[in-house]
Amino acid sequence: MGSSTEWSDLGDLADPSKYHEPLDIAGRDPEVLRAQLRGMVSIRLVEQHLAAMRRDGHIGGPVHLGVGQEGIAVGVSRFLRSSDRVFGAHRSHPHVLALGSSIHRLFAEILGKDTGLSRGMGGSMHLWDEPHGFYGSVPIVAGTVPLAVGAGLAAKLQGTDDIGVSYFGDGAVEEGVVQESLNLASILKVPVLFVAENNLFASHMHIGLRQPFNATARFAVAHGIPCEVVDGNDVTAVGDAAERLVDRARRGEGPGFLEAVTFRWLGHVDWRDDVDVGVERSADDLALWRERDPIARLRGAMEAAGQWSVDQQESLTSEMDREIVVAWDQAMADPWPEDSALLDRVYAKRGGVNS
Amino acid sequence: MAETTQYSYGTAIRAAFEYLLERYPEVFVMGQGLWSPWYVGNSMTDLDKQFGAHRIIDTPVSESACTGAAVGAALAGMKPIVVHPRIDFMVYALDAVVNQAAKWSHMVGGQAHPGVTVRAIINRGGEQGAQHSQALHAWFAHIPGLRVVMPATVADARDLLIASALCADPVVFIDDRWLYDLTAELPPVKELELAAEGPRVLAKGGDVTLVASGYSTQLSLEAREELANKGVGCDVVDLRVLNPLDAEPILASVQKTGRLLVVDGGWRTCGMSAEVLALVAEGLPVGSLHAPPRRVTLPDAPAPTSRVLEKAYYPSRQTVVSAALQLVG
Repeated sequence: MGSSTEWSDLGDLADPSKYHEPLDIAGRDPEVLRAQLRGMVSIRLVEQHLAAMRRDGHIGGPVHLGVGQEGIAVGVSRFLRSSDRVFGAHRSHPHVLALGSSIHRLFAEILGKDTGLSRGMGGSMHLWDEPHGFYGSVPIVAGTVPLAVGAGLAAKLQGTDDIGVSYFGDGAVEEGVVQESLNLASILKVPVLFVAENNLFASHMHIGLRQPFNATARFAVAHGIPCEVVDGNDVTAVGDAAERLVDRARRGEGPGFLEAVTFRWLGHVDWRDDVDVGVERSADDLALWRERDPIARLRGAMEAAGQWSVDQQESLTSEMDREIVVAWDQAMADPWPEDSALLDRVYAKRGGVNS
Repeated sequence: MAETTQYSYGTAIRAAFEYLLERYPEVFVMGQGLWSPWYVGNSMTDLDKQFGAHRIIDTPVSESACTGAAVGAALAGMKPIVVHPRIDFMVYALDAVVNQAAKWSHMVGGQAHPGVTVRAIINRGGEQGAQHSQALHAWFAHIPGLRVVMPATVADARDLLIASALCADPVVFIDDRWLYDLTAELPPVKELELAAEGPRVLAKGGDVTLVASGYSTQLSLEAREELANKGVGCDVVDLRVLNPLDAEPILASVQKTGRLLVVDGGWRTCGMSAEVLALVAEGLPVGSLHAPPRRVTLPDAPAPTSRVLEKAYYPSRQTVVSAALQLVG
C-alpha cells in the first residue's frame, strides 16, 4: 500500500489565505440561500450578544461560542427533521439554533432560568430540545458520540428512516471512544451522520501539535465509513455533502462522516479571541480566517447575483438585533428554578411500572 | 394457586430476558460474548437464536462505545440492556454510566431519562486475580442518578432484572457468578416497580442484625444457620437496591437487636459497609447499640491469584460467624 495522504491532509482547506472569494451559487434556489443567510446571521448575532453579556458579567458560567462556524450547523440542518436524533458537545449553540430552537429559551438556559431549554439545569454546556430533534449536548469531549450511534441504532430497530447525528470537534477524535463508535456504527450499519467540525484547535492547542495528520476523515476511512471533506465555511458545500450522506443513511446504507473545516473567531471559551494563550494561534491567522467568513461569502455572492442587497442585510440585522434584545430581556426577567429542582430531577418521577 | 417453576439463579436471569424480549419490542441486549456459551454462564443461553441476532447483539471489544450506544438508544425510546460479563472491564465504560446516564435527567431538567440497564457480573475466584475479581457496587452506589441493584436470591435475579429494564432510570444491575447454582421454585413473574423496592429482611432472629448484599447475603444466611445452632439469633437484611438506599429496614432491625454486623464483598474503605454503619450511627438514638458495630469485608488489597492467598482474601461463613460471636460475646 502506498502512502496516500488523500484523506490525511487537508491541503488548502487548512490554509487561511485560501477560499476568501464569494461562493459559487449558480443554479441554487435563492429562497434556500436567503434562509441559510438568515440562519447564519441569527446565530452570529446571538453568539456575539452572549460574548458581550459574558464579558459584562451578566452570564455566570462559561460559554463556548461558535462565531465563524455558523455554516456547518446551518448547512447540515437543512437535511434533518425533528424526528432525527442530534447530539452536540460544548460548542453547541449553533447546532440547536440551526434546528429551529428558541433564542429566548437558549438565553434562559444560559442564565439558569426555569424557562430554559433544560429547565435551567444545564446552562450553556448541557442543552436539550428534543421536540426539535436535539437530544442533548455535553462538555465531556466525545461523550455524546456513542450516544448518537445508539440513537441511530434505535431508529433502525424502530423501523424508521430517522438518523442519529453527532457533532464533535477535531479534539474528540483523539478520544478512544470515537474510534470505538466509528467501528461500532460501521459494523452494525447504523444510520448516523458524524459531523467533525475541524476548527484546527482543541482548547488552546493546534492540531499540528496533537495529531500527525490534520484531516480527521482518515479515521472514517480506517473504519470503512464513506466520508466527505469540505470547506466548513461554505454553507452550500456543507449542505451538498450532508445531503448525500444523510440520504445514504436514511436508505439503510450505514453511517457517513462529514469533515467540515472551519475556524472559531473567539477563543476556546468566552468572549476573548485568545491569540495570546493559544499555541500556534496568531493574530495574523485569525485575520485571514475572518476573510473566509461563511456569512460574507454567501452574502457577497447573493448581492452579486442580485438576490440580496445592502438594505436587506441592514434590515435583517436590525430585525435580528431587536429579536435578540426582546428574547434577552424576557430571559433576564424569567423565574429561577425552585430549590426543589435540585432533588426532584435526579430520577424520573415515579409513575408505575414501565413509566 | 399459581404454578411454580424451578430455576437456578442463572436460569432465572435468562427467564427475565425471555420475559422482557417476548413482551417488550423496545428491549434489546448488547455486550460481549452474547453469541457464545462462554461468557455469561447459563444466564443467556441461545437468546440470540430465540430472538434474533439483531436484538441480541454480540459486540466488538468496545465497552465504552457499546455502553454509550445503549444510553443513546434509551434516550431514543428503547429499553436496552448492556451486558458486561466481568465488571472489571466495564471500567472502560464509566463515562457513559457516570457522566452521561447518571446525570442526564438532572442536567436536562427532568425532561429525558436514559432508561438503560447495565448488567455487570462479578466473576471472581479460581485464581483469576486482580482484574477479574472486583466488586465495584459501592462505586456506583455513590453516584446520584443511578439505581444500583444486587440480587441475592433466585427470585430477585429474575424479578429485579425485569424491574430494572422497565425502570425509566439508568440501573446498574450487578449479579454474581458465585450465586448461579442457587435454586428456588418461583411463581410466575409479577412486574415490580424498582423505585418501590428496597432492603428486605430475609430471616429473623433477635440478637444480631446481619446486613449484606449479593453473595454476601447468602454467606450471611449460611452463617445465621450456624449461629442459630450456637444459640445466637440473627436478622438478615438483604440490601437489594443499594442506591437510592432506604435505611428504614436496617434501622428497624438494629433498633430491635442492638447489634450490627455488615458483611460486604467489596473493600472496606469508603465501601458499602461504611455507608450502612454511617446510616445506623446517624439514624438511631444514642445508646441503641449493645456493642460497637462490626464489618466483614475484603481486606483493602487487590485480589490475589495464588489459591492460598485467595482463601485468606475472601470472607467465609466462618469469618461471619466469628465476627457475630464477638458481637454477642
